[in-house]
Amino acid sequence: MLYKLGMAIRKELLLQSRDVGGLIILFVMPMVLLITITMVQKGSFDSITGTRIPVLLVDNDKGEIAQTVRKELGDIGSFEVVEKVNGAILDEKEAKEAVFKGDYQLAIVLPPKLSDDLNLHIKQNVDKVMAEFSYSDSDTVTAAITEIKKKDVNLYFDPATQESFKTAIKSSIDKLIATIEKDKVYKVFQEELGVNEEAVFDNGQILQYREIGPEAGRNSLKPSAVQHNVPAWSLFAIFFIVVPLSINIVKEKSQGTMVRLITNPVPYTLFLLGKTFTYLLVSLIQFYLMLLVGIYVFPLLDLPAFEVGHHFLQLSAMALFAGLAAIGFGILLGTIATTQEQSAPFGATFVVILAAVGGVWVPVFVMPAIMQTISKLSPMNWALSGFYDILLRQGSWLAILPNIILLLLFFMLTLLIAVLYDKKKRTI
Amino acid sequence: MEIIRIDSLSKKYKDSDYYSVENLSLQIFEGEVFGLLGPNGAGKTTLISMLCGLIKPTSGSFTIAGLSYKDTPMDIRRLIGVVPQEYALYPTLTATENLVYFGAMYGLKGKVLNSLVEEGLSKMGLSKFAHKKIGAFSGGMKRRVNLLAGILHEPKLLFLDEPTVGVDVQSKNVILDFLNEQNQSGMTIVYTSHHLIEAQELCDRIAIIESGKVIVQGTPQELIDTTEGARNLEDVFIALTGRGLRDAI
Repeated sequence: MLYKLGMAIRKELLLQSRDVGGLIILFVMPMVLLITITMVQKGSFDSITGTRIPVLLVDNDKGEIAQTVRKELGDIGSFEVVEKVNGAILDEKEAKEAVFKGDYQLAIVLPPKLSDDLNLHIKQNVDKVMAEFSYSDSDTVTAAITEIKKKDVNLYFDPATQESFKTAIKSSIDKLIATIEKDKVYKVFQEELGVNEEAVFDNGQILQYREIGPEAGRNSLKPSAVQHNVPAWSLFAIFFIVVPLSINIVKEKSQGTMVRLITNPVPYTLFLLGKTFTYLLVSLIQFYLMLLVGIYVFPLLDLPAFEVGHHFLQLSAMALFAGLAAIGFGILLGTIATTQEQSAPFGATFVVILAAVGGVWVPVFVMPAIMQTISKLSPMNWALSGFYDILLRQGSWLAILPNIILLLLFFMLTLLIAVLYDKKKRTI
Repeated sequence: MEIIRIDSLSKKYKDSDYYSVENLSLQIFEGEVFGLLGPNGAGKTTLISMLCGLIKPTSGSFTIAGLSYKDTPMDIRRLIGVVPQEYALYPTLTATENLVYFGAMYGLKGKVLNSLVEEGLSKMGLSKFAHKKIGAFSGGMKRRVNLLAGILHEPKLLFLDEPTVGVDVQSKNVILDFLNEQNQSGMTIVYTSHHLIEAQELCDRIAIIESGKVIVQGTPQELIDTTEGARNLEDVFIALTGRGLRDAI
């Protein structure tokens, strides 16, 4: 039986090696995809090296708040403040048009007298507090209060801007204004206390946060686009094996070779195992090529190198079982489909759905509750979690064992259904 | 001695309103070339598919060399060879690679397998194309390799579904000579065809099937002799099945 299995694998390998187009799709396209996606996503994960997003600033304030906004936005590193277009200072109308046309992602319009009114507002509040402590005449304070209208800082977003980006911008501006307000309060207190020359209050932050990740030896691991993308898109490529594998089986049926194979003295399972071993080899080669791209090609493209660390065996095991799951699904699809027109688009679309649901594109934790539940059913999610356990959470073999078992069960179940379906079909 | 015994065999496909094979009984004897003839949709391919173990009967039974698929499927598969109507070959593999693979599936290996492949290709006049890909072969060349792939393991019983369809006269003669030679060496051949003159020359006995039933069987000469005005098998066929089209879905 081993001899027959060996010959079946040999035949599959010969078929693969003769299909140059298929080889390009299997091995080259995933690498191109990985490089492209990582380059595109680089900024999302790595703010230090990210490109600066131009932000229009319309300064109707002309005061210190405008100066602070200008300085702080510039200092964040992610934004480039633009106040002039073609040499002319922008007004609100022009800024709005530029953003809505899609030339810029965002415009911030500061209202007139924002600094003056904020100063007045804070001074009145400080005076009030000081009066409570009898540092000044409370009656005078009450009499001097001027009503200050609320000020609108207008934000214009390109309609195509994603919600997450908008939220991040709003949060940054909120933080900026809160900081300005806080600094101002300290300053006015100092003025009221008559200690203008020298700072009495230390207005530096005493609370700060530190991001602490898992450590590998003495090195702290910082997840980067590369550490996310290499396993995620390798997985996507591995699952795309569903398409050529299902086409391969459909072809066997349509060209009549299946008839010959079924009438041979070999069980149908052996025929499927021949395909399983071959495509498993293909999926592992795909995976290792992706690793090589991550390790050696990414640095040449100014991307951080993929760090395998001491996880090579764990990564290989996870790729192997992910490959098995993909092959099981491909065999099932190829067994059920009667034409290539059925198997190819269905396979490709379903893999994209599995990837989306599995968290390859959007992290599972940001999905709606129902989708988070559904994602637990995606074999791509099991494999991706396993990869993240290994690479980002320093997971042990024990940590990835449940994922491996799930992937293996998926393979066995799909293979069993395929064999039973084939048996049932032949009784029709 | 009978090699195939069919008893009241019927097959009705799931979505069909009628039986493709209905209550059919037949005996085929060792060493004979048996022709299954009939118009399109008569049930020939369904009958052969059941005998090859590709589909299961709805009712009835049959044995091959006294064995049944229910009990010993692998034993039957070792005894039979199947030559489907399609070119059941891998177009991107060479003739040798195809034959080595199909031979290996019957457990043939090493020098024995290689010499059987070389010998077969030589008999079919394909030695110089042994290492060319099947995709580049003409219809006649593919038919010959297709036949070789079914007999490489020297089966006791060979099922042939229209082995000469779409080939030129030269290829047809090579195929028929080869089949005669195989039959001379003891191989039983069950053969379907629409080439009635060819069947008349090749077959020892013939059964004409119509609507899933055997309407007549015997030697070609017996059938010609018992049909009024018939000069050949084609006349017998027309007399028994009529001239009407048999289009059905």
